[in-house]
Amino acid sequence: MIALSDYLILAAILFGLSVAGIFLNRKNVIILLMAIELMLLAVNINFIAFSYFLGDIAGQVFVFFILTVAAAEAAIGLAILVVLFRNRQTINVQDLDTLKG
Amino acid sequence: MDFERFIFYVFAAILIFAAARVITVRNPVHAALHLVLAFFTCSALWLLLEAEFLAITLVLVYVGAVMVLFLFVVMMLDINTSPLREGFIRYLPLGLGVAALIVMEMYLVVRARNFGVDSVTIPARHPEGYSNVREIGSVLYTDYVYPFEIASVILLVAIIAAIALTMRKRPETKSQNPAEQVAVKARDRVRVVEMKAEEKQ
Repeated sequence: MIALSDYLILAAILFGLSVAGIFLNRKNVIILLMAIELMLLAVNINFIAFSYFLGDIAGQVFVFFILTVAAAEAAIGLAILVVLFRNRQTINVQDLDTLKG
Repeated sequence: MDFERFIFYVFAAILIFAAARVITVRNPVHAALHLVLAFFTCSALWLLLEAEFLAITLVLVYVGAVMVLFLFVVMMLDINTSPLREGFIRYLPLGLGVAALIVMEMYLVVRARNFGVDSVTIPARHPEGYSNVREIGSVLYTDYVYPFEIASVILLVAIIAAIALTMRKRPETKSQNPAEQVAVKARDRVRVVEMKAEEKQ
């Protein structure tokens, strides 16, 4: 049978891959957003695995809320991206230096 | 190796392959499509964990709405990807190093000795006729009803924010203003001029 640790390690690998994606694609905002979605997916796998193995439905309810917030985040992030591209004609993170940060 | 374990490993391999493709592929459209594959595979894994409602929700909400939105934006924006790929090779060792470090650390915490077959008992499968949707719904509408309402408000805010951010008035486009059209009076448009009849010459 599949143990809880198998799911947790799978989620850890997925999370590590998306962290690597943020390092590798540090100029492309779209890929950065996708990497964040992958991170949330890894976290959700953890929640559901614990919910199943501990027999507690609250983990699944929490995943439901995470999905809601992630959908809102993706919609607003992409809207910001569209406005950004309309004003600057680029989505390169290095060109976004208006705030002189 | 029983069949369930075999299914788990197949889907895990596909999931990791798809995630690796998402972060390495050159074309953002291909990255989005691989992310769709990752979501599908993950929903299959969730079915294995008897979270049927969330598995279907993942396919419907993520693949059906969020990823279509991603593809829409990627295809709408005319992006030159070659300057965005600069530094990919340069940051490859750093990125992979940090990722390997994170995975190693997490492995040391969650490995089989801590959460394995011995320490956590594997629950029995639910009997036939068990409804995951009913289970979630009965908790969601009682214990978690306030968070549920807040989630709906968050979605409303997201809708309004997305529309408010992307809506713009272009001065060169022509459009009607129905309020002004309805409010207009006849005397604003027609001027009656009184004059004497003139003789025919």
